[in-house]
Amino acid sequence: MTRRRHLTGEFFMNGDVACAEGAISAGCRFFAGYPITPATEVAERMAERLPEVGGIYIQMEDELASMNAILGASWGGVKAMTATSGPGFSLMMENLGLGVILETPCVLTNIQRAGPSTGLPTLPGQGDMMQARWGSHGCYEIIALSPSSPQEIYELTIKAFNLSEKYRTPVLIMADEVVGHMSEKVVIRPPEEIVLFPRRKPNVPPEDYLPFVPDADLVPPMANAGEGYRFHVTGLTHDERGYPVMNAQAQHKLVKRLVQKIKKNSEDIIEIEEDGVNGADVVVCSYGISARISKFAVERARQEGINVGMLKLITVWPFPERTIRKIARGVKAFIVPEINCGQIALEVERCAGGAAETVLVPHMGGGVHRPESILDAIRKAVR
Amino acid sequence: MSQVSSEQGHHIDACLREDRMPHIWCPGCGLGTILHCFLSGLLKSGLPLDKVVVVSGIGCTGRAAGYVKLDSFHTTHGRAIPFATGLKLANPELKVVVFSGDGDLIAIGGNHFIHAARRNVDMTVICVNNFNYGMTGGQLGPTTPLTARTSTSPYGNYEQPFNVPYLAAASGAVYVARWTALHFRRLERATTEALLKRGFSLIEVISPCPIVYGRLNRQPTGLDQMRYYRENSIIRHGADPRDADINLNGKIVVGKFIDTERPTFSDLQEEVLRKTFEPELPARTTSAQEATVAESVPK
Repeated sequence: MTRRRHLTGEFFMNGDVACAEGAISAGCRFFAGYPITPATEVAERMAERLPEVGGIYIQMEDELASMNAILGASWGGVKAMTATSGPGFSLMMENLGLGVILETPCVLTNIQRAGPSTGLPTLPGQGDMMQARWGSHGCYEIIALSPSSPQEIYELTIKAFNLSEKYRTPVLIMADEVVGHMSEKVVIRPPEEIVLFPRRKPNVPPEDYLPFVPDADLVPPMANAGEGYRFHVTGLTHDERGYPVMNAQAQHKLVKRLVQKIKKNSEDIIEIEEDGVNGADVVVCSYGISARISKFAVERARQEGINVGMLKLITVWPFPERTIRKIARGVKAFIVPEINCGQIALEVERCAGGAAETVLVPHMGGGVHRPESILDAIRKAVR
Repeated sequence: MSQVSSEQGHHIDACLREDRMPHIWCPGCGLGTILHCFLSGLLKSGLPLDKVVVVSGIGCTGRAAGYVKLDSFHTTHGRAIPFATGLKLANPELKVVVFSGDGDLIAIGGNHFIHAARRNVDMTVICVNNFNYGMTGGQLGPTTPLTARTSTSPYGNYEQPFNVPYLAAASGAVYVARWTALHFRRLERATTEALLKRGFSLIEVISPCPIVYGRLNRQPTGLDQMRYYRENSIIRHGADPRDADINLNGKIVVGKFIDTERPTFSDLQEEVLRKTFEPELPARTTSAQEATVAESVPK
């Protein structure tokens, strides 16, 4: 059997497979996972592909172990990821926090299904959006991206690895069952056209290296294990040496930097797609598969002569506060379709700050919105 | 902790973070001795220190990672083993050591423990067993002997404890030993052996915890607990781990119980993949070259 290395060309593949290919393109060479519908195909593809490119696939005993194994692999100097869905995502929350405090680059894909609990394993949901933001205990910021198609999950997986290295943080891909399981054309560019952000390496000798002294953008360079730096890192609150310090001052300094390194760089991190937002009467704001259906509804509304804009969130966390605030000053309302009972709608409402109304178009999960339900909400909002 | 007064210093100084002293461990605790034995055994192994990584979980023993002058990771409760698995597989050059307590490794991390042993991931696990959760004030744990008193078994423990060597052996560990904090030289030698062993090696070290455990169980000082080990330890190399249960204030069977060969996770992975991708993969040059998939079933 011959080894396929980097695939280049046009392929017909589902979102889960495209996510795995995005990881391969990004240089990911370690995957630890646990089977779970509807994310299993990511693991299956990685199990097939990683040996071809000299990487390691390991199936762990649970999602707690999967998350820890990718953190360990990342500190071993290898780009690493895992993929899961709701119940596994809950288990990963514990060590997502460890990834945040140890400032460990890695990628976690959540192919969302409908919950709570076991819920609807084979059917879509978008109910983990707030969990992505707040699911691990304590105070922190996170980066989360939301794709609407197999092509986009391929691209965003590469972007997720780049952001994770650039900002030394776990990055979440918040997809959903429909994006994960729909098959479409996916174009994979040749490797020389794919820009990768290399790990920030320390440029001081080991005896001068302090693991948590940040660069100007608040992100510290990272030594890998086995390179002679002999560093210590801990999930306890720590100082720049990586040593535990149990007081409010150290907590303030560390947590403030962890939060600020995402917030202060949010302009660089945030990616959104605007269509006809300037001068619109209402704007539909959505993400993932719901954004794709929203676009259809927006086109129909425009045919009816309604002046409606479309704002698709590609980066969901950090939330594009500034954009929402700006748009809110010029529109009557935001229409927010999502497959939950109102999560991102709360953020839109918060940022709109009363300047524009926020209309949630909820869906409890197990399917996607009918475009008519979004269209109705648009019609009502412009009345 | 008092400063080392000798001008030459101590032979383990090179491996200790002096700027982290004094440590947090209680008077009479066995951890200082056990860490010393570990570092001494490590130095004797001749392993390149830049390639040795210590990973620990949470608890009194978990703090050890912060005191060693090696690449070291203090992770979350119970998760040291999967973290170590990722490190080792990502960089096979590393010698990965998990240094943690019985509650961390056997209760909250029990699932990871048995699965890493089953896979025979190449790592050394030092499990310090003080029969209770010391850091949180002495609650019953997965190894607390039947009828022992702890802060959450005030009338005596009514749970059957795990026999750690038996659990490790049954799960597939290739090296299993038990010593106590009293067996200084034997523990040091076992450490060297375990570190040089390919595959999943385990040393259980029984350790005094007079402040929150011993006091409730008629061994109120570290010295009392060490005396108990001296009077009740039975060295029995090659003993069947099934016979190594520990009863409250009863005999403690110590020694090297298991020392065997079995292909590691990486050996088997390479062997299976080579069948698919041959002749592209270069020939393997590991010491376990003769190991085959058919022989991989734990005995």
